[in-house]
Amino acid sequence: MSLSSEEVRRIAELARIGISDAEAGAVQAQLNDIFELIGRMQKVDTEGVEPMSHGQDLKLRLREDLVTERDQRERFQSLAPEVEQGLYLVPKVIE
Amino acid sequence: MLNASLKELSAALAQKKISGAELTKLFLDRISRLNGSLNAFITVDAEKSLAQAHAADERIAKGTAQPLTGIPVAHKDIFVTRDWLTTCGSRILSNFVGPYDAHVIERFNDAGAVILGKTNMDEFAMGSSTETSFYGPVRNPWGQAYVPGGSSGGSAAAVAARMAPAATGTDTGGSIRQPAALSGLSGLKPTYGLVSRYGMIAFASSLDQGGPIAKSAEDLALLLNVMAGFDARDSTSVERAREDYVRDLEKPLAGLRIGVPKEHFGEGLAADVGKAVEAALREFEKLGATRVPIGLPNSGHSVPAYYVIAPAEASSNLSRFDGVRYGHRAKEHRDLADMYRRTRAEGFGAEVRRRILIGTYVLSHGYYDAYYVKAQKIRRLIADDFAAAFKQCDVIVGPTAPTVAFKIGVKAADPVQMYLNDIYTIPVNLAGLPGMSIPCGFGKDDLPVGLHIVGNYFSEAKMLNVAHQYQKATDWHKREPTGIQR
Repeated sequence: MSLSSEEVRRIAELARIGISDAEAGAVQAQLNDIFELIGRMQKVDTEGVEPMSHGQDLKLRLREDLVTERDQRERFQSLAPEVEQGLYLVPKVIE
Repeated sequence: MLNASLKELSAALAQKKISGAELTKLFLDRISRLNGSLNAFITVDAEKSLAQAHAADERIAKGTAQPLTGIPVAHKDIFVTRDWLTTCGSRILSNFVGPYDAHVIERFNDAGAVILGKTNMDEFAMGSSTETSFYGPVRNPWGQAYVPGGSSGGSAAAVAARMAPAATGTDTGGSIRQPAALSGLSGLKPTYGLVSRYGMIAFASSLDQGGPIAKSAEDLALLLNVMAGFDARDSTSVERAREDYVRDLEKPLAGLRIGVPKEHFGEGLAADVGKAVEAALREFEKLGATRVPIGLPNSGHSVPAYYVIAPAEASSNLSRFDGVRYGHRAKEHRDLADMYRRTRAEGFGAEVRRRILIGTYVLSHGYYDAYYVKAQKIRRLIADDFAAAFKQCDVIVGPTAPTVAFKIGVKAADPVQMYLNDIYTIPVNLAGLPGMSIPCGFGKDDLPVGLHIVGNYFSEAKMLNVAHQYQKATDWHKREPTGIQR
């Protein structure tokens, strides 16, 4: 298989990563090299094999629904690009 | 002191031959002399390190010291560290000061160890050469034109150049073992779930595992004693009784069955590496071990399957970097969507962007079964191969990497060539098994060769025993790079 330049642009949009026209060609070529490598797995016979999502068959634990974290809003918000009155600011979305 | 083992350092501190503060200063001085050329550390903060060292000295004086109290340890910059810049090798976290400590950092702090600095790494641990770091490539102390391996290349270079007695790393597809191999060190990736991932910035969550990089198996055992342990904050942390990883180091190897996978000695393995590994196998036979030929027939499919699973998990994990709650935000933008696109285009380097795109594609509508599910089925076949092999042997031994260190720049433009570096290490992550690398000789251009030892689940004590007995019979792990300034 090989990815078209439209497909590269489409996945970049899904991933919210801007790609300039200048780099699109190089990205497309490198992704196609990688997909050629990935494509090698299609020849493996996996009929009837159970997919393995994890390194071990781990059973996820449940815990009591309790508050375990302390309030550290100020500490965390001090790391944000833009905050106001305890809120995270983003560019205007509604006119 | 620079070449001393952790046990020797601990004894020197206990006997007051040196104070924790003096020891920390010794390594900080060495960092200030060598880091300009090697670029192993992203952040060094002498004041913070020395404050911890003074606290350790008080603890030693009070008689409440533990084995690592007062010993400086360098940490991969993937571990969130309270009040320390934590970048993960990325521009997108170039202003991120840790608001809390990762579990691994907490464990070292509780043990009284000193944080010596944060080490350079491939961006988000995506790489095998430490060339994808936003903070510039790390140079291999064995030859500065060469890469130290990656992604934990800063940690490896720091220990190899004796800028740190020991360091932490993380391993998603080989990122502890391959830099250990290329830098002439011992490195251990524990069984998945043994070391908590809390505060370890996620790359591929079903594969990521933290572990130590040091000069010997004995040092690794002492470090693992601190790092391993249950943590409720990591949903995949395994609940099991604590172990002492030092306990079996001195057991003789008579009767040990070493599985030798033919698939790891075929095409692609450089002759110099093959020769050193063969000599190591003969050494093990002298120590009373026997060789068992085994097969890992699906091993060759591990790289393709990995480059579906790891990017898929990464594309999901890295969606949190959006310029809203922390990290870099693009200055110029038209609207919210444009802010995301520009922030992520500016904040992530080329390799990280590539892997996010691969992951986004394989998880997208219509392709999920053909890629992600297919890769997970191959993952099962690979794990089954190991399960069958461990019915016939106690450990599996082979080369860690197909070649010795390569030159900076030669593989940087060809992602597929770079990915194939990890052909022997990736199957271990897919299966969730523990793996380690120890030095076993030198190859081309007098660069170190690494021996890969893979054990069954939770057999770290056995693997450390195997490695320690080899290191008692050989001195490869005691060699140090000669080309660097003393």
